[in-house]
Amino acid sequence: MSTVINVPSSLDDAGIERILEQLATVPVDAPVLFDARHARWGTPYGLTAMLTIGQTRGEKATFSGPESEEIASYWARAGFYKHADGIFHLAGHVPRGRTPGESDVLLDITPIAHSEDVHGVVARIQHKAQTILQSLHIDSKATMGFAMTLSEACQNIIEHAGTGGWVAVQVYEWRKRLGRRVVVIAVCDAGQGFRRSLETTQGRRLGDRWDDGAALEEAVLRGVSRFTDKGRGQGLAGIRRYVGRWDGKLTVRSGTARLSIIPTWDDDVPLSKQLPAFPGAQMQIVIPERLTR
Amino acid sequence: MIRHIDLGSVLRGAVSEQYTNLVTRPTGNAVRGAIEAILDDESEDGITVIDFTHVGLLDYSCADEIIAKLLQRYDAREPADQRGAVYFVFRGLNDLHIESIEWVLHHHGLALVAEPVDGEPHLIGDVDDASRTAWAVVGRIGACSALVVAEQSGLEPTQAERALVDLWRRRLLRRENDQYLAARAVS
Repeated sequence: MSTVINVPSSLDDAGIERILEQLATVPVDAPVLFDARHARWGTPYGLTAMLTIGQTRGEKATFSGPESEEIASYWARAGFYKHADGIFHLAGHVPRGRTPGESDVLLDITPIAHSEDVHGVVARIQHKAQTILQSLHIDSKATMGFAMTLSEACQNIIEHAGTGGWVAVQVYEWRKRLGRRVVVIAVCDAGQGFRRSLETTQGRRLGDRWDDGAALEEAVLRGVSRFTDKGRGQGLAGIRRYVGRWDGKLTVRSGTARLSIIPTWDDDVPLSKQLPAFPGAQMQIVIPERLTR
Repeated sequence: MIRHIDLGSVLRGAVSEQYTNLVTRPTGNAVRGAIEAILDDESEDGITVIDFTHVGLLDYSCADEIIAKLLQRYDAREPADQRGAVYFVFRGLNDLHIESIEWVLHHHGLALVAEPVDGEPHLIGDVDDASRTAWAVVGRIGACSALVVAEQSGLEPTQAERALVDLWRRRLLRRENDQYLAARAVS
């Protein structure tokens, strides 16, 4: 008999934590049903992380999607069902086909496994990013920086995950926390995560203090890479710089820890430890609309 | 001699006909390999123009893989006065190319000669004020000695000499006898 995991009404970063809390006591090989029938919302992070969670299950899990036609249709346009079809047994209402146009999706969920995937993502985003960022009153010069940030975030999967991952980009109104529109990049993988990636080069140095949180601090705050080449580690530093320049928020979760670079408009904590385990690494970049006088 | 390397063509030839963006380390590695093959075929020293005119995006990883490693290889491998010395000029750079490149150059303590799309040739990267001033004087008046640079810049003669030698060793200036010349191509 399957364990039922309730997918919260908001499938966002907080919603994913609720799912991981429920999964913490469920053996990886146990059958699971993810019940998202009452979901009302899904962010790029939530949708890509949901796929990633599905990939970590030893036995193919069942996923029951939103009953709301509007929500299900949006998730379909975001590319969720296209990829979920191979990861889960899909139950209940499954929207068929994709709505042509996909104008409200900046970058639908896209698998990243190779360098050419990054080229494809960057080329696709450049067409839309300028218009979208201008609508958020962000300098047109930021467009290329945005694409660069996206490129570096995706490369993190290729360089460090040891497996493929997912990327998605979307613009939406962030009413609860900000009352402004935001553009969000989500990049998720179920790979080896930062702690294992850096263990050989950094683990011994930090001894007992070495854990997922320490690994995130080394990688995100100090630009440490598993490669000894001095030029490595600049990608994450570049992402931090871009996010800081546009008053954005960067969150990186790996294993049992989550590190955030927090802007003034948010009240998140800089480092959370002892979270429910989640293999791989998950990154969310939020760039808010700029207020005009 | 002056070699001209169109980076857009190198990208398409070495990686894919479809690409216009320099992103990812594997792409940077392939492009740098192609550039090095071109340079290895030429035994003469001289100026090599790396032309970014037909390049879209340049990310940090690619900038590091192409530019930093290229500069390091030709900066450190042999003394600047031996044959085979390569003096790079980076042409057709836009503001965003420069932003990625500067980030990488500062990280490695490197510098290069930039001929941007808009504006005069100048040095970008990790260069102190005296060297930047000395380079600007040589660029403005052409071949000249350290004494002339000192007169024109207000630097002390020893300071000017030190700056010029440093620039020459970093292949940001050429030297013929006691005269220094800008490492830059005439369009």
